Amino acid sequence: MILRLVDVTFRYPGARDDALAGVSLNVAPGEFYAVLGPNGSGKTTLIRVALGAAARVGSAEILGRPVGAWSRRELARLVAVVAQREDNLFPQRVRETVLLGRYPHLSLWGGARAADRAAVDRALAVCDAGHLADRWIWSLSGGEYQRVRVARALAQEPRLLMLDEPGVSLDVRHEMELFELVRGLVDRSELAVVMVTHHTNLAARFADRVLLLAGGRAVAGGAPQDVLTRATVERVFAWPVALQQFDGRPQIVPLRQSRS
Amino acid sequence: MVALAIGAATTALLLGPVPLADLRGTGIVWDLRAPRAVLGFLVGGSLAVAGAGLQALVRNPLADPFLLGLSGGAALGAVVAIAFDVAGAWALPLAAFAGALVALVLVYRMALAGGGALDPRILLLGGVAVGAFAAAVTTAIVSLAEATELRNAFLWLWGGLATASWDTVLVVAIYVPLPLAVIAAAARPLDLLVLGDEPAGYLGADVERVRRRVYVAASLLTAAAVAVSGVIGFIGLIVPHIGRLVWGHRHRALLPASFVGGGTLLVLADTVARTIVAPRELPVGIVTALIGVPLFVLLLRRWTIT
Repeated sequence: MILRLVDVTFRYPGARDDALAGVSLNVAPGEFYAVLGPNGSGKTTLIRVALGAAARVGSAEILGRPVGAWSRRELARLVAVVAQREDNLFPQRVRETVLLGRYPHLSLWGGARAADRAAVDRALAVCDAGHLADRWIWSLSGGEYQRVRVARALAQEPRLLMLDEPGVSLDVRHEMELFELVRGLVDRSELAVVMVTHHTNLAARFADRVLLLAGGRAVAGGAPQDVLTRATVERVFAWPVALQQFDGRPQIVPLRQSRS
Repeated sequence: MVALAIGAATTALLLGPVPLADLRGTGIVWDLRAPRAVLGFLVGGSLAVAGAGLQALVRNPLADPFLLGLSGGAALGAVVAIAFDVAGAWALPLAAFAGALVALVLVYRMALAGGGALDPRILLLGGVAVGAFAAAVTTAIVSLAEATELRNAFLWLWGGLATASWDTVLVVAIYVPLPLAVIAAAARPLDLLVLGDEPAGYLGADVERVRRRVYVAASLLTAAAVAVSGVIGFIGLIVPHIGRLVWGHRHRALLPASFVGGGTLLVLADTVARTIVAPRELPVGIVTALIGVPLFVLLLRRWTIT
């Protein structure tokens, strides 16, 4: 297992409730795992715990070793995260920001080697962002920027890629391109992916497994057709839905409120 | 860049109220101007590196070594020493240094209050608060002081290199390499910090440790600078931005460039300060502001155009 969470309970300092309560998760190499759930259900917290935020109860392991036993640099060579938000305080070009993904591989005083620049070019090419290399970050569209951030994560050459709501604010084409890109990476290599997303329908079509969180607890986990049943979805998202099949995967259609 | 620095050094050594032909054999160049230029270079470079590090650290382009309360603490220390007539050549620098350290510890403790991580917002706000408090006490002391003391204190607050000697140069030259090296070693994590704490951590930076180290190192540089030369503003704010505009924001290039750039700018500013109204002198902080701000505005225009 590349990532293994066992009965993880986590509470933020000063909070009254657990953000995660007894959640378990196993992610194998070559597996695309989607984490679903309403706002505030603990999805982002799950990523934090997987990368070393200390759990109150339970354990988090990367490659069979407790996550706290890895140094930050070692961890960054194994796990890449495309976080929900990041700052861009000072202007940067695309190639520069993707090169940041090589930092965990560089020595303290040494510069970027040919191998590092090659990894940057490869990552840009895989994400269809090679032509953006010399552009300024702020001149990119939302979809291009997201591809560049995925490229930076891939430049880390990780075994596990975690994405936190990467599809937010993308239009249909860019959203689909992103999911196709991630699916392609998983299929062509042994990369494991954990994607936190609100796109239940896309997750159902692209992911191998889904984990459904509600109020910090795991409601269900497994293949999309087993997890995403009408009863479960209505209960978790507190809204009436209809369930249809498309390409053999469950698709959810939220219902209009009945007018009385 | 290097050519510019050499040019600045030559100018600093040769320019002055005494005609060039009369300089030989007077000891003016070697005993007065040379230590002054070297000290100016070290102080300017240190302030610029401290500013570059702090701007990335608190993720605020307005951060300045003196915004974090250190100048207030140093000024208070110096004014106390002046008011109580503490004797000795090193009394003033040591008092200023002690004042800056007290401010550093206060701000640092405040920013750690939330847990193990230094909170950059509290570093800024705490710095401003400590600075304001120190300024109030400083003003209280100055307002009760004699006229000459007041003038000395005022001049000292605006910065100057007139007291430079080879002794001060030696002390500063021994002191600054360690904090400079600490900041230089953090060059890559500082690049990452610009993205935010969480993304930086995911890219391998130990955010808490980097922040503590760079903050303390930058503060120690500032404290030393303020102790030997008073409060010389704008270098720490403007030079890193000029460096970013010219060399990009990669700290491995930016930090050395800031050091050379800050040193050069201060040496030039000091040359102007001591020649323009010779035989009297302007506080060099006034000149750095007068040179630095228009330069900055020019570069900002270029920035917004590209």
